[in-house]
Amino acid sequence: MTPSGALRAVGRPALETLAAMGRITLFAASVLGHILRPPFYPREFFVQLLQIGWLSLPVVGLTTLFTGGALALQIYSGGARFNAESVVPSIVAIGMVRELGPVLGGLMVAARVASSIAAELGTMKVTEQIDALTTLSTNPMKYLAVPRVLAATLAVPVLVGVGDAIGIMGGWLVGITRLDFNSATYLRNTIDFLEAWDVGSGLVKGAAFGFIVAIMGCYHGMTSGRGAQGVGRATKSAVVAASIMILAANYILTEVFFTS
Amino acid sequence: MIELLGVTKTFGSNRVLRGVDLTIPKGSSMVIIGGSGTGKSVLLKSILGLVVHDAGLISLDGEDVRKAERDAFLARFGMLFQGGALFDSLRVWENVAFRLMRGPTKRPNAEAREIAIEKLRRVGLGPKVADMFPAELSGGMQKRVGLARAIAAEPEIIFFDEPTTGLDPIMAGVINELIREIVVEMGATAMTITHDMSSVRAIADQVAMLHEGTIKWSGTVAEMDATSDPYVDQFIHGRATGPINPVR
Repeated sequence: MTPSGALRAVGRPALETLAAMGRITLFAASVLGHILRPPFYPREFFVQLLQIGWLSLPVVGLTTLFTGGALALQIYSGGARFNAESVVPSIVAIGMVRELGPVLGGLMVAARVASSIAAELGTMKVTEQIDALTTLSTNPMKYLAVPRVLAATLAVPVLVGVGDAIGIMGGWLVGITRLDFNSATYLRNTIDFLEAWDVGSGLVKGAAFGFIVAIMGCYHGMTSGRGAQGVGRATKSAVVAASIMILAANYILTEVFFTS
Repeated sequence: MIELLGVTKTFGSNRVLRGVDLTIPKGSSMVIIGGSGTGKSVLLKSILGLVVHDAGLISLDGEDVRKAERDAFLARFGMLFQGGALFDSLRVWENVAFRLMRGPTKRPNAEAREIAIEKLRRVGLGPKVADMFPAELSGGMQKRVGLARAIAAEPEIIFFDEPTTGLDPIMAGVINELIREIVVEMGATAMTITHDMSSVRAIADQVAMLHEGTIKWSGTVAEMDATSDPYVDQFIHGRATGPINPVR
């Protein structure tokens, strides 16, 4: 490959990525612009709240339950190397609420919700339902994107909060059944070492991740290509982009919240 | 009256519309014919603003459609989409009454439902259908529901995009008759795009042929049958040989 060919091979995808980031940013700005301006669609918002929040609860709950249990085992096993087994409750709690609850909750919601939104809106696009909305004097951004983005931004922090509690419970269950912890002591250690901002930062992360998930689902769905292949590609792109952006946003938010 | 002057639209290197000039008089039924991929749907969507044309002028009653107030402009239109484009998550009556339940002319749900059932009856569907979901309906029933939705708010202008595609000849005939009856009854301006000649004969006052991005010919149905234009002649008789290359 010639030097100019190599440069082109690197440059073209880089430019395409930058262009896509620009389009997604404009899309997100447009959604935010529509949130405060009428008309509002409360029915669609509550339907999405149910779809995104309530129906994601089993997935998020099971994920955090098993993660909390595994985390307790890992910390106990690692802590035993320097006689620090007693830190299990506090580390499980801090690890869950600051990091694992929001990140794993966000990723599970990305897998479940971003794919579902992208597939639904992509299908609506290829079957001209989005055009039909426009001809019926209904702005698709307001009717389709705003309720989903708003619902995800509000529902995911609640899911993270519930997931945190379930994850800590997973650690507690393993602690008292497998690691010989006293139940009351475990719970006291959990509460004593946990600060309000540990929980608050996780909830803020949850809101950011919910926003990312819905924006990615809506953007990729509403810009889906033609046919089954186009919808399939949109769905895949939505999940991949949402997952990567959640991990990147998590790093940035952790820097902002805990390193100053 | 809808007027198009020198309308062009290009997608990448594909010049779909290359200067379309067309006039659709108020209250008339214009049918645009032409092969697949000749830009008929793009033309229709350009008028509605679903596709933004590159150059030229599209006006409705003398006003440039790009400068018109969007909601007021779209409120004058009804559209039947090729595949129906019914909203899967809504019941049939909610699809039909969609416009009536939102926006400045919003009506109470009970009244909107009554109007929807009346419009469904107008297109030959019983009240039982009202509470079904679109996925439970056959293709022909979906087209009828789409038609009911297009006329629900009694628009001045109705667009029909391939209204008989995918239907058997009997159902296609039923839809053609319904379209003709409704357009006459409402006194609406209608624009239909199709390559189904039975639709053309049933629906059209005026016919225009779109080929290679321009209007190649226009006239009445009788003039269409009598014309010696080789493009029209080949198209309406479905000949494989002639000036239109069948492989595009």
